[in-house]
This record gives sequence, C-alpha cells and structure tokens, in this order.
Amino acid sequence: MPEYTLRIRRYNPETGEAPYWDQYTVELEPHEAVLTGILAVKNRFDGSLGVRCSCRSAICGSCGMRINGQPGLACNTQVGDAIKKSKDGTNLIEIEPMGNMPVIKDLIVDMDAVHWKKVGRVTPWLLAKQPVPEREYIVPRESMVDVTQTMACIQCGSCVSDCLAMEADPEFIGPAALAKAYRFIGDPRDAQHQQRLDDLANDKHGLYTCTHCFKCIDACPKDVAPMSQIMRLRRLAGQDHHIEDVNNGERHEQAFVVLIKKYGILAEADVVPRSYGGNGITAGKLAPATMQQVVSSLPFMGKALLRGKMKVKDVLIPHRLEKSDLAEVRAIYDTVLGREKRLELNLYITGYDEDGEPTTELASDKEGATA
Amino acid sequence: MSTKVAYWPGCVSRGFTPELHGAMNLVAPKLGLELVQLNRGSCTGAGVLAEHNQELTDTLNGRTFALAQQVDKAEFMMNICSTCQGAQSESQERLDANAEYRHEVNHTLAQFGLKYEKGIVNKNFLWVLVEDIGLEKLKSLVTNPLTNLKVGPFYGCYIVRPVERLHINDENPRDTYLPMVIEALGGTVIDYAGSHKCCGFPIVTMNKEASLKQAGTHLTDAQEAAADCLVTPCPLCHLNLDMQQPVAAKAVGNDDLHMPVLHLPQLVGLALGATPKELGMNKHVVRPTSIIDWSETVIGSIPA
Repeated sequence: MPEYTLRIRRYNPETGEAPYWDQYTVELEPHEAVLTGILAVKNRFDGSLGVRCSCRSAICGSCGMRINGQPGLACNTQVGDAIKKSKDGTNLIEIEPMGNMPVIKDLIVDMDAVHWKKVGRVTPWLLAKQPVPEREYIVPRESMVDVTQTMACIQCGSCVSDCLAMEADPEFIGPAALAKAYRFIGDPRDAQHQQRLDDLANDKHGLYTCTHCFKCIDACPKDVAPMSQIMRLRRLAGQDHHIEDVNNGERHEQAFVVLIKKYGILAEADVVPRSYGGNGITAGKLAPATMQQVVSSLPFMGKALLRGKMKVKDVLIPHRLEKSDLAEVRAIYDTVLGREKRLELNLYITGYDEDGEPTTELASDKEGATA
Repeated sequence: MSTKVAYWPGCVSRGFTPELHGAMNLVAPKLGLELVQLNRGSCTGAGVLAEHNQELTDTLNGRTFALAQQVDKAEFMMNICSTCQGAQSESQERLDANAEYRHEVNHTLAQFGLKYEKGIVNKNFLWVLVEDIGLEKLKSLVTNPLTNLKVGPFYGCYIVRPVERLHINDENPRDTYLPMVIEALGGTVIDYAGSHKCCGFPIVTMNKEASLKQAGTHLTDAQEAAADCLVTPCPLCHLNLDMQQPVAAKAVGNDDLHMPVLHLPQLVGLALGATPKELGMNKHVVRPTSIIDWSETVIGSIPA
C-alpha cells in the first residue's frame, strides 16, 4: 500500500499556544477517503486530535475541512485525488480547518458563530400562504423540482469556508444562507417572496455583495451551486419584484442591459454613473451619489486621463458597433425580452444531452414566430 | 506557418485598457498568430447580463460564436479577457448541453442568416500560449529573458472556476499555467495568497469597501512576498488592481504600495523584445516603467 504524509493543522486554545503543524505517515489505498487517513492518525498516533465526523457517506455534512487548499468533505475526497493539489508534487496532504469561521480545536470550527447564524438570518422556514388548506398544498411539479437543487444542501459549510466576499466582508450573508433563501423564495407555497427579497437586496451585506467568484460552486460537494442561486435571486428581485435596492445592485444590472442594447459593446465610462444614479435622462451623471464617486475617484482618474489610458473623447462618445450589427443586437433584445416567460436552462435539472436533434415542441414554434 | 484565429478582444481592452489590445496586436505576429478580429461581436455580458436574462446573454454570445465560425480557416476562437472567457464559456455550456435550447437560440439567430454549431473551441490567450504555441516554442522565441524579475500571477476568477465548465483537468491543468509561462519567459514566480482569488471588481459599485479591501489585500500580500509586479490575463482585474490601486491601498492602510500590474501580452512582449513603451506600459496608473529598473531586469539581460 502506498504511504501518504498527512500534515495536519493543530490548535488547542486551552494551552495558549499558537496553531502549529503535525505530520504523520499512514498507509492508504488511493481510493480511500482522507477521513479514513485522519481517523487512522487519531487511532494510532494521537487520540487528542479534534475532528468532527459521523456518517462517512457525504450525507451528514460534519467533516468539512480544507484539503490541500480545497474546501470539501474529508469523507468523499479520495487521497489519490487530494495529492493532485499537493504543494510539492509528492504524497503530501495538508489538512486545515475550514476558513471564515473561528477554530474551536484542531479541525473543528465554530459553525454556530458564523454558518448557523447566517442561515438563521434568512428566515429558513416556510411562511405559508393563508389560509392553510385543510389538506396538502397543490403545487406544479416543476416548481418543486426547481428547488430540489437548494434542498440538496447538507449544511457542511464548505462554501462558507472559502467565500471570497466573506473573507473581505465578514458580515456578508454568504453562499449557504442565500441558497437557503432561494429554497423558500422559489417555493410557491411561501407567502412572503417580496418581503424576503426586499430584505436581502437592501441589506448592505446581502444579495449584492457576492463577487461572482465561483468559489462556492467548486466547493459544494452536493452541486447546490450557491452562486447560481444568488444570481437567480437577483433576477427575481430586480425584474419580477422591481426592487430598487440601496446597494445599486438593480441599477448596475440595468446599466449593462441598457448600455449593451445602446452600443453593442460596453461603454465602461457610462457604467459607473448609471449604477449610482440610474438610467434617467442624464444617465445618472448628475446624481449626488455619482458626484460623490467622481470626487473619491479623483486620485486615479486624473492619472488615467493624463496617461492616455482614458480619453476624454471616449468618455463623452462611447465606442459602439456598426449600425447593421447594432440592429441585430437590438433584434435579439426584442425577441428574447418580448417573451411572456423568461427561458432558463438549469443544467442541474436537465442534465447534458447526447447528440441529437430536438424532439419536443419549441416555444418559438408555438408562438408561430417567423424565421 | 502562422495560426489563424478568430480573435475576440472584448470591450475593456478597447476602452479603459487600450494598452492590452495594443500589446496583443504587437506580440501576435511574433508568436505566429494571425488575428482576425471579430469586430461585429457584442459584449459578453460579463456575468451581469446573465444575471438579468440567460437567454439574452446566450443568444448574444451565440451570435459572436457563429460569427467566429464563419472566419475561413480559423483554427479556434481566442480572447484576452478572463471575464469574457468565463461569460462565453457559461453560454457555451448551456448551448452545447441541450439541443432544444440551442435550437431556440439558433431560431433567433436565423433572422440574420447565422447559426451556431455546437462545440466551438474558445480559448484565452493564456491557454493558447501553453496548449497551442507550447512552452518550448515560447522559450525559443525569448530574446530578452525576464531575468531577476519577480512576478506574481493573478488569474481572475472567471478563468479558474468552475473547473468543470472551463475543462480544467489532469490533461489541461489550466489553473497552473501562469507560473509556467512566467518561467518560460525567464522570470521568477512569486507564490502569494491572492493568485487565484477575486480582485473585487464585480462589486465595486455595490460594496466598495469590500471590493477595495480585496484588491488592497492581494496587492499587499504580493508586496510582502517581494514581488516586483503582478501579471494578469484579465483587464477587469487590471482595473481594480492598477487603476484603483491608490484607493485600494488606502482601504487596507498600506501607504507604501506601488505594485505594477502587467497584462499578460505585455509580459510576453517584454521577453520577446518589445520595449515597455511600445507595450503601452506608460499608460498604467502605477507606472511599471518608473518603478522597475528595466535596464537591469530585462533590457540589459540579452544573452551573449
């Protein structure tokens, strides 16, 4: 059997010592789980090693940790896969507690202080429509299939561990809790979609603090894709519930929508004023919030203009596509935004198809649209 | 023999970072790349338009793909922006995954006589350097090795995650390419905490404090690891790391931060004999030309 070196980050607050690394060598088959290795260390070398685990089947969500820099479950990470991220290219596996949460001991973090508090923040239960029916609610099948992805969450905290927005802003509600919010906002039985979205969109550390870094998508052992759920929440907040938030989130999105239709390519100089001041007649340029931003940007704006990075001409007259191409872009807008219902494809639900031609009837055929 | 590619420059490279587009045009012939620019393509939506409407984004990107597929004898499509790569890969993933959905998008494109055929190969310049040009060839083209230049890699989120969508795997470990390129050009790689993290740019108008803290933290980490400069394949990262650097420095209380940030084609161009000025390096807010002694590190290091 091959040998693996487990380098484990240790910490015991009771001793008053700083965290340190301990190293152990264990024999394992490549297909065995990192957790098996950790438990072997605990049994053979040091019974005081702190680790949380239970089911060993990627169901209970207890053994979230960082393995060679990657957040995930120790019970469903095979040692043979873990060493692919080894720092020195050997059979070294570095094991650390999850990030963004305080360490209680060794690999055990305080989930209550961060993860559960944030989940609690989004009112994670159904606020049922009244009156409650005597028997069950009848809902369309598709709407429940739609929330199955967020229901797959096992609360392991892997996404919270490596959330880059939370690293910079610890108050950010974060990926796990926002995915949980979608679970109820996507549920037709819930009565308070508007209030929930309004609350999340206007929180200064809420819906619009996600930086779109995809960390949570790769971290999640259950394919919940929290970031995709956050994007869906933004879609619902801005378009279906018309929430104009205090964080410029909806205005920023609208700025892109308007500018790409107007010019085909993005006029960056126009994004900032529209994000702060909206898409009104002055395109946000005279809004007090914009003015404030211009003043705070002076340290670099001046340099950028001076060095030919930005040209005054480009700021005033944005670059754009040729007329005929712009007409095509606008025709796409008209066709797509003219639909009664947004067409969305969730690959978690539909999966990837084999090669082949479409067999089902299409929306465009139904509408009798012309080619 | 040059390789013909359908070239998508993106918006920012022709707007706020004109030096990037210029540098790419300058290094392409040196690398044997013939760029056919897709002037008719539209903004990829940068992730924000997809947040508004997936089908709108996918149809606009499908149109650009269809235009690229019309370029005669082009071997693949290439971009110079991590964010363009990510946004286009997201659209492509949906278009390629589902025939019914693709048919729907093509139905819209048919009004302009366009059609997207499943399976376009669309690569960032970084991937092209390693997978198509090859590190050995790149090494052989170096005339001014970047000796003594300590370079920190900064990828941009959209080009390293999610790994499945971007086809990052054992065969193509695309999230490890920047150090390989830096070394092939003769430079020294600086390992620091922020190389694969977020620059903060996407939330600069929504949570400015967190955004600038992200940029400031990564720049400071690189500074503490003794980097001379950073290199990035993403012009949006460049905006937060270079243009906003004076305010990002303030956000993290670093009053001695002067970290030049190079676009990837600029770094390649230097090693292939172009001057900092030709590569537009004087256009940056943090001027690499005034901080690094190029006569020592690059210009003076031509091998005997």
